[in-house]
Amino acid sequence: MRKYKKYFTFFRLQFNMGLQYRVAAVSGMVTQTLWGFMECLAFRAFQETDGSVYPMAFSATVSYIWLREAFMCLFATWYADGDIFDGIINGGIAYELCRPVSIYNMWFSKTVAGRIVAAGLRCIPLLAVAFVLPEPFRLSLPVNLTHFILFVVTLFFGLGVTVAFCMLTYILAFFTVSPQGLRVFFTSMIDFLSGAIIPIPFMPKGVREIIELLPFAGMLNVPLRIYSGDLAGIAMARGIGLQCFWLVVLVVSGKLLCKIAERRIVVQGG
Amino acid sequence: MRLYFHYISIVLRSTMQYKASFLLMVVGRFLLSFSGIICIYFMLSRFGQVKGYTLGEVLLCFSIIQMDFALAECIGRGFSSFSSIVRQGEFDRILLRPRSVILQVLGSRFQIDRIGLIFQAVAVFVYVIATSAVNWSAGKVLTVVIMLLGGTMLFISLFMLEAALTFFTLNGLEAMNVLTYGAKEHGKYPIDIYGAGMMKFCTYVIPYTLIQYYPLQYLLGSEEHWYYGIYPFGIVFFLAVCYGVWRFGMRHYQSAGS
Repeated sequence: MRKYKKYFTFFRLQFNMGLQYRVAAVSGMVTQTLWGFMECLAFRAFQETDGSVYPMAFSATVSYIWLREAFMCLFATWYADGDIFDGIINGGIAYELCRPVSIYNMWFSKTVAGRIVAAGLRCIPLLAVAFVLPEPFRLSLPVNLTHFILFVVTLFFGLGVTVAFCMLTYILAFFTVSPQGLRVFFTSMIDFLSGAIIPIPFMPKGVREIIELLPFAGMLNVPLRIYSGDLAGIAMARGIGLQCFWLVVLVVSGKLLCKIAERRIVVQGG
Repeated sequence: MRLYFHYISIVLRSTMQYKASFLLMVVGRFLLSFSGIICIYFMLSRFGQVKGYTLGEVLLCFSIIQMDFALAECIGRGFSSFSSIVRQGEFDRILLRPRSVILQVLGSRFQIDRIGLIFQAVAVFVYVIATSAVNWSAGKVLTVVIMLLGGTMLFISLFMLEAALTFFTLNGLEAMNVLTYGAKEHGKYPIDIYGAGMMKFCTYVIPYTLIQYYPLQYLLGSEEHWYYGIYPFGIVFFLAVCYGVWRFGMRHYQSAGS
């Protein structure tokens, strides 16, 4: 246990830093509430146009949108840690490499902490608003206790998958130095593939089956659909299984890549 | 005006120092909203239409809003990154120079990588023209031009408003993003699908309908509503209001940063 104490300290440091930006958090929350509301209205328009081809219960879509907004910081790939990229570009990383800690574990715990703080600050007021909105735009309660517990568990798995994937982009930045273009590219792809733009059930059948196998489906798609009961039974078990599988694969490949990168690192500037 | 082009040429030359990075950004921007288009395609091919609008009509709306926004961001980037100009004290230097303040703010940033977004919006637009059922006439072509002018002006006004608020808050207000990025994102569907309440807001509070819903009705519909085509000119009044706020804010400006 003592071995992990230092990572916990990184976690706490980042946590305190995040708390400094409360005004920004309030402002962001207003943005997200309105954003989510607009999205609900758009889906409503589609449902009113032709309810027969609407692929999930409308209340499940509404829950999906609100939870996505509430926990956006857990899953948004663009919420990448700018510090880490800056460190790689301007050479600050040299100090971190000197420390007697695994760089992968350190960045992993830092990023997880940063995301949990940001999400923790935002989710409570946002959820409070979403729970009191007028029907049909109100966030409904989870279908039952089992689903709620699984929602919480898979939320953390999903965070793990997201961060493990982001770690890969950090490490790739070692090799390219100019991470901006990479980031923009990854962001747009993942937003689409993870179901952040439209939930995966809205995609056409063939596309949907492929996308559900990819690691990105294990980010927000699984927990958010478990919450509303849209994902249940065997499909749910399969979703969670895939999530765990990808989490392990991404972390292992990240660690391997990190080893290679550390060996051939050229520090830029100082 | 000559000074402004001089500013732009300087910014362009400095961007071109990093050619690879610039190209990646252009490609990135191009792909960024590509995923948005795919999602519109998925939704519309599942539902066939939304409140009477077909895929081609939604894409027409989408591409025009994208172009508006990209052009506005290209030109008005100085406003949208104004909080950093204020906080770093750059604005004090701007005030000292005997040239127009707005000119200098706009000239300090020019986001040429947005060209990726413009390319893409134009590509969608061409696709729409090739496939959709708009009966083009001289008036409708002119309307598209007016829509682009009005829309770009509207977004620049909003960026200016955002910058003007920075005089009071120092920090950029993320909440303003709803009005800019939010409008770009949600403006892909004609505003009336969001319901009557939203229509009222988008006409009387922020006049989005003037550049989107009304001229679009003329483009897609009958000739008798030809006067909808000149609605975008109404944005001039909104620009005037935002300019007023900007002037008011500038008088209240107290230096920040060093």
